[in-house]
Amino acid sequence: MIAHTFIEDAPETGPAVSALKTGKPIETDAAGPWRLMWTKFVRNKVAVVAGIIILMLYMIGLFAEFLAPTLPDTSRPQFTNAPPQEIRLFADQPDGSREFLLHVTGYTMTVDQASLRRSYVIDDNQVVPIGFFVQGAPYKLWGVFPSDTHLIGPLNPSDTMYLLGTDKLGRDLLSRLIHGTRISMSIGLIGVTISLILGVVLGSISGFYGGWIDLVIQRVIEVISSMPTIPLWLGLAAAIPLTWSPLTVYFVITLIVSLFGWTGLAREVRGRFFALRSEDFVTAARLDGSSERRLIFRHILPSLTSHILAVVTLALPTMIVAETALSFLGIGLKAPVVSWGVLLQDAQNVRTIANASWLLIWPSAAVVLTVLAYNFLGDGLRDAADPYES
Amino acid sequence: MLNYVIKRLIYMIPTLIGMSIIAFTIIQLPPGDYLTSMLASMADSGANIDPGQIQRYREIYGLDAPMYEQYWKWISGILLRGDFGYSFEWNRPVGDLIWERMGSTLGISIASLLFVWAVSLPIGIYSAMRRHSVGDYAFTFLGFIGLAVPNFIMALVLMYFSYKYFGQSVGGLFSPEYAEAPWSWGKFVDLMAHLWIPIVVIGTNGTAALIRILRANLTDELNKPYVITAKAKGLPEYRAVVKYPVRIALNPFVSAIGWVLPELISGVTITAIVLNLPTAGPLLLRALISQDMYLAGSFILLMGVLTLVGMLVSDILLALLDPRIRFN
Repeated sequence: MIAHTFIEDAPETGPAVSALKTGKPIETDAAGPWRLMWTKFVRNKVAVVAGIIILMLYMIGLFAEFLAPTLPDTSRPQFTNAPPQEIRLFADQPDGSREFLLHVTGYTMTVDQASLRRSYVIDDNQVVPIGFFVQGAPYKLWGVFPSDTHLIGPLNPSDTMYLLGTDKLGRDLLSRLIHGTRISMSIGLIGVTISLILGVVLGSISGFYGGWIDLVIQRVIEVISSMPTIPLWLGLAAAIPLTWSPLTVYFVITLIVSLFGWTGLAREVRGRFFALRSEDFVTAARLDGSSERRLIFRHILPSLTSHILAVVTLALPTMIVAETALSFLGIGLKAPVVSWGVLLQDAQNVRTIANASWLLIWPSAAVVLTVLAYNFLGDGLRDAADPYES
Repeated sequence: MLNYVIKRLIYMIPTLIGMSIIAFTIIQLPPGDYLTSMLASMADSGANIDPGQIQRYREIYGLDAPMYEQYWKWISGILLRGDFGYSFEWNRPVGDLIWERMGSTLGISIASLLFVWAVSLPIGIYSAMRRHSVGDYAFTFLGFIGLAVPNFIMALVLMYFSYKYFGQSVGGLFSPEYAEAPWSWGKFVDLMAHLWIPIVVIGTNGTAALIRILRANLTDELNKPYVITAKAKGLPEYRAVVKYPVRIALNPFVSAIGWVLPELISGVTITAIVLNLPTAGPLLLRALISQDMYLAGSFILLMGVLTLVGMLVSDILLALLDPRIRFN
């Protein structure tokens, strides 16, 4: 037996095991993957702002009837191609003082005697008081709930408030743009859902089984992705009979747009499957007797969800632009449906644009803003998709 | 090398077949066949139609035959006799109508590709060497705008500005006084004055994408030890960058032909419609709207073939440039 002797005045050596880190534990030490991705995503400020913009656009689409000052197809023939009216905060009172009064200025119309073209000039002396939550044209929210409250509008419903101007039939561009947001944004969303299903199913099959199935699917993808898209879209969209209802046309256009959008997604999924197929956890699940379906859906797909999300976000703007381009050329959506592309149809020739530049500016701005926001959001998601790489 | 080219050519065959099937499907999509349309237009003009004549036509064109037989008739006509079918809107064989238009499509696409290369190479090198400088941020911002603005909107905006500030109409390829004139220096200058708008519009997307790729690739390359060694030996920065790293980062430039070309041809189509250029685009749209399907289908098929050839050229160039690809 070994005798333990204490050495007097021996220096303190401290405990054999160093204590756990004291103080507040770092949040990410024991966080799950989703938590880590979120932390990484939030650090990218541009992506967060882009995400908020996208959310707001969907909200605008969702509550279009309420947010639009008037109905998209109400036309006032006496105000065709009228320029935008500005919101002002203060108005001159009859006694000469200036007081707070939310208003827009009215128009005076002049007729050019030679060409009989009417032009409108903003008239500072006319005051059109406006307000929030005003009574206006009656509508049914989502086609169900009847109401006539609009977020913003003229206090007297017979006055005009065209914040973004009017089109050639005297319809309010702002209202049409807001209603167009619903159609354009939802086409992207539905289209990408269809692409997602096609891409994930075909990509998984291709990547999981390999062999001749993979070869065939890869050939199909190659054919589709090497066709120039716009001629192809044109060819398919032109075949839609003119007699079909707007709703059917809407779904067919969505289908056409998505039919060629899934290839990128399928490639991404296939690549990840090849990488994951030989991972230990998949082998373990296989040895445990998991069926192939269970392997794909329970074990492999969940670990690529974040990548899929990123690819989907980056694919969305292509679809929105596709719809806009088709409708712009007159073989996509058609009036009375309102989408950004349908609005841009009015801005097809230089003369119109020169007279009423707002018809080009605002719908284009909506498209560009959406595409930019989706791209930034998608980039942010892609960077955050793999939180374990440094 | 020859083996590689032959292998690539063989790989192209199934893709070509797939494309021809897609084009044929598009031809067949609209309800009714082209004889019905022809009969309708003949009835419109008041011509008498003999039912026996119709039956004979149906047999000649094989319209009652099953789909695969009709496909075979169509594709073998193209392959063996160069017969693309008949355009009844123009009352001429499709073959007479398409070549000139496809030529100008190809011409503008190649001009745009050259523009993409010429602009993105210097900017990409600059951005990689001066990362996070003001210039880099400015180009990155411009690049994002370039990626986000769809072709036709950019065409409209440029048209508007050039109308407003230069008072010049920008449609077409020539001013009216030169349109029918024989080739001269003046006509060439006039062509260039019109051509830059479509080229900028079509090329911007690809330029932005290529700058991003070049910047990323070159940045990786610049951090490698051999560059540091070269600089430590006293090589001027310009030479240390251009001599090797840029060469290596050039691969995406060559492979860009493969993926930029479909985009360019897509872009040419829609931009040409907006700017009214004499390329395949406006004629394709018109053919589709009037359901002149053989003409439309031929355009779609040829545009597909054009991109495939572009990809082949890019693969061959890449193999020439990079032996690693050749020997794998």
